[in-house]
Amino acid sequence: MSHDEVIKVEGLTKMFGDFAAVNAISFEVKKGEIFGFLGANGAGKTTAMKMLIGISHPSSGRATVAGFDVYTQAEDIKKNIGYMSQKFALYDDLTVKENINFFGGIYGLTRKRIKEKSEALIQELGLENVANQLVGALPLGWKQKLSFSVSLFHDPKIVFLDEPTGGVDPITRRQFWEMIYKAAHQGTTIFVTTHYMDEAEYCDRVSIMVNGKIEALDTPKKLKEQFQAESMNDVFLKLARG
Amino acid sequence: MLPIIFILPLLQLVILSNAATFEVKNIKFGYIDNDRSATSRALIEKFGASTYFNVLQAYPTQIRAGAAMLRGEVDVVMEIPQQFARDLQTEQHHTLGVTINAIDGAAAGVENVYISQIVQSYNQSIIIDLSQISDAQIQPVMIETIPLFWYNETLNYKTFMVPGILVLLVTMITLFLSGMNIVREKEIGTLEQINVTPIKKSQFIIGKLFPFWAIGMALLSIGLIIAKLIFNIPMLGSLLLLYLYTSIYILVVLGIGLFISNFTDTQQQAMFIAWFFMVIFILMSGLFTPIESMPKWAQLMTEFNPIKYYVEVMRMVMLKGSGFLDILPQLIKTLVYAILMNGLAVWSYKKTT
Ligand SMILES: Nc1ncnc2c1ncn2[C@@H]1O[C@H](COP(=O)(O)OP(=O)(O)O)[C@@H](O)[C@H]1O
Ligand SMILES: [Mg+2]
Repeated sequence: MSHDEVIKVEGLTKMFGDFAAVNAISFEVKKGEIFGFLGANGAGKTTAMKMLIGISHPSSGRATVAGFDVYTQAEDIKKNIGYMSQKFALYDDLTVKENINFFGGIYGLTRKRIKEKSEALIQELGLENVANQLVGALPLGWKQKLSFSVSLFHDPKIVFLDEPTGGVDPITRRQFWEMIYKAAHQGTTIFVTTHYMDEAEYCDRVSIMVNGKIEALDTPKKLKEQFQAESMNDVFLKLARG
Repeated sequence: MLPIIFILPLLQLVILSNAATFEVKNIKFGYIDNDRSATSRALIEKFGASTYFNVLQAYPTQIRAGAAMLRGEVDVVMEIPQQFARDLQTEQHHTLGVTINAIDGAAAGVENVYISQIVQSYNQSIIIDLSQISDAQIQPVMIETIPLFWYNETLNYKTFMVPGILVLLVTMITLFLSGMNIVREKEIGTLEQINVTPIKKSQFIIGKLFPFWAIGMALLSIGLIIAKLIFNIPMLGSLLLLYLYTSIYILVVLGIGLFISNFTDTQQQAMFIAWFFMVIFILMSGLFTPIESMPKWAQLMTEFNPIKYYVEVMRMVMLKGSGFLDILPQLIKTLVYAILMNGLAVWSYKKTT
């Protein structure tokens, strides 16, 4: 075993009554990797992610994130990760700046550090003109970018992105992936779910989840060879047909 | 949700129709018997026989009786003057001083009527007695009572209601705000974002409490100003004491609100449950129905009603001028309650489901 693996999952399962939303999945994610966690709607991506980020108790199986156990060290995991929910989850009734200050504060950043970082961030996102406006009034694409930046604000080791590009236009999606690359380049491990198969091409490695199980896991290139497919979309279709 | 919709209102129906009546019962009756005659004892026994009065307590002096009333140990004190029996024979007319605790004006009014009725029936019985003793011309005997209402001399409805209404305002706003709060964050998804941060549960709850606490204190201040300016309600006791008590009391209410919020999934559910408790708390607070008039089981329930303590303290401090030691029992119970409810709020807030 190498120390490069920042996420290790073995037989992780989540039952809702008799229904296995996540059914004994196993995988590992290496440090600095962009790991695509693919699957159709309802495949169990969000459920699996919630177990990894320590807000949902697994029914069985094992998992460690950043070296901490999901059962017993959830609060330690939380210090080392960022999370962007699939539902927009910043405070609509706070301004851009207030949201940044608030979440920066929770992670224990000093006032000075928050001030420096937030100024740089607002500039980078081009939000200077709306920095003192309520977040609720921003267009969805801007909200998503802000939300991503807030999840990275405390320099986490791993960031979990749940359908970060859901519902945004292709140009914004493109920009979003540039931001993801930039974060990965700085050494952050990216764990990203999506049901857009074309986005899978941007990932170092992808897993494909079908009905709670991981049916395929490899680099996009190898998966295309394995399934003799033109694109990741074809891989997915072949998998789905069984 | 469906069981809640039916069970909670039915519970309210059963509890409240038994507990929250407008009858005044179990009135704590005291007397000062300066005459110590058969006549005076017979009169006192009349009160003992009544189902409305109990705890017949003798006081040696008006001062001792007054002190007992301040402590809330007695509701009504009747003073029988020296030579009562003899004067009654010679003059056939007598007046009796009755002091009634009118901090709850509605109850005081009812008590005064009861007292008059008992004295009337006593008058009747003396007339009959006299007619048996002698064939002499029967003079009608008349005892009249002259009530003296303490703490609210004119039985001004507003004097005893405004402090109570103020209690309700502070309580309702803070309970509903806190009850809706966490559950609202659950609905919009921000709670999940908070739950993935390393924030401590107690930090989160304290962060939630503080703004509502400040709102509650501000409401009290505005309410007190209005009570003074518009209703001219007296403020006999210490404002500081009132603020001290309120600052702890609001924590109880907020703890209950946050506890409800943690256990519900939608604002609708939270609102429903908050209303359920609110209605029971209000109607069993002693604001409308005196607690002493309630059946024993209902009285026991009121021990867990924070509004009851606040109504008591508010009336005691504002109308009686009670001091720190007088309200100490309420203060301690409220403090324990606050610790308990906020402990439960922290405990029931789960970062991992
Ligand atoms: N709290 C829950 N209770 C019951 N079923 C759930 C719950 N959360 C998710 N599910 C079910 O689990 C399955 C996987 O959901 P989810 O993880 O949200 O899928 P994805 O994120 O891949 O779209 C779905 O069928 C969903 O209905
Ligand atoms: Mg999902």
